[in-house]
Amino acid sequence: MNITPDSIILWEWEFLHINATIAFTWGVMALLVGGSWLITRRLTSVAEIPRWQNLLEVIVTGMRSQIREVSHQEPGLYLPFVGTLFLFIVSANLLAIVPGFIAPTGSLSTTTALAISVFVAVPLFGIAHEGLGSYLKHYIQPTPLMLPFNIIGELSRTIALAVRLYGNIMSGSIIIGILLSLTPFFFPVVMQLLGLITGTIQAYIFAILSMVYIASATAAQQTNQTKPDKTRHT
Amino acid sequence: MDSLSLIAMVSIITAGLTMAIGSIGPAFGEARAVAQALSAIAQQPDEAGTITRTLFVGLAMIESTAIYCFVMAMILIFANPFWDYAITAAGS
Repeated sequence: MNITPDSIILWEWEFLHINATIAFTWGVMALLVGGSWLITRRLTSVAEIPRWQNLLEVIVTGMRSQIREVSHQEPGLYLPFVGTLFLFIVSANLLAIVPGFIAPTGSLSTTTALAISVFVAVPLFGIAHEGLGSYLKHYIQPTPLMLPFNIIGELSRTIALAVRLYGNIMSGSIIIGILLSLTPFFFPVVMQLLGLITGTIQAYIFAILSMVYIASATAAQQTNQTKPDKTRHT
Repeated sequence: MDSLSLIAMVSIITAGLTMAIGSIGPAFGEARAVAQALSAIAQQPDEAGTITRTLFVGLAMIESTAIYCFVMAMILIFANPFWDYAITAAGS
């Protein structure tokens, strides 16, 4: 039994290996980009908007309100990053019911890549928001003694992000594989339904957690200067 | 007992123990968190949205300890490096 789709090689040429993870990641990317391109080609603002435009508007509005509630900041800056993470993970997880599709999030390499991008984005947003010096000051608060623990915390939460998503998705496919050999017909379907719920919740949690990390890196200025912030946003 | 069956036996027993012990703690933690969240929602139904979202995020954090144990158990059973090494050593 495979515990990672990395070992399924679909196509290889000399040193170049295209495994199932890469291929299905490209598939999800093509679906997201192509679908959005097709829908946003004809945007209207008349009273009766097209059905698919309505879908996209619901998704984007929902993500904006979630980001606003979690971070207590304007979502415009964070929407591209966090929204992309959420959409990619949720579509990769939900497409797992398509026969033959192997969720690329069930591979530790994909989830590690996503977690590393969060790991890089958190200081970037923090520095962009309050400058290099005051961002670095976070690490020696409350005392410089906490410096190693803060750094370990950064690293361990990145690992936790990657392993949590990987473990949840991989466990779903492993359990279905085991159940298929024990009770072939009914229970795997139920577990697949449970896998859909897990996949959606995990995508939501991944996005929310990365938003929380980014918000914690950018929150200091907000609490210090509440009044200027309020006037700026009006 | 030769080393191959010893490795297999220890790996499987350890995988079972990992899952058993590793799910006790998260189970208690999640039960406590859900109970607290339920009583909080019962007291303040208006804040149900915020409480539920925080609950889900917290549950995911708690559950990740169980997930680590699960990944460890899966590695022990399906991708055990010592087993692979013993197999290649026995083959050559």
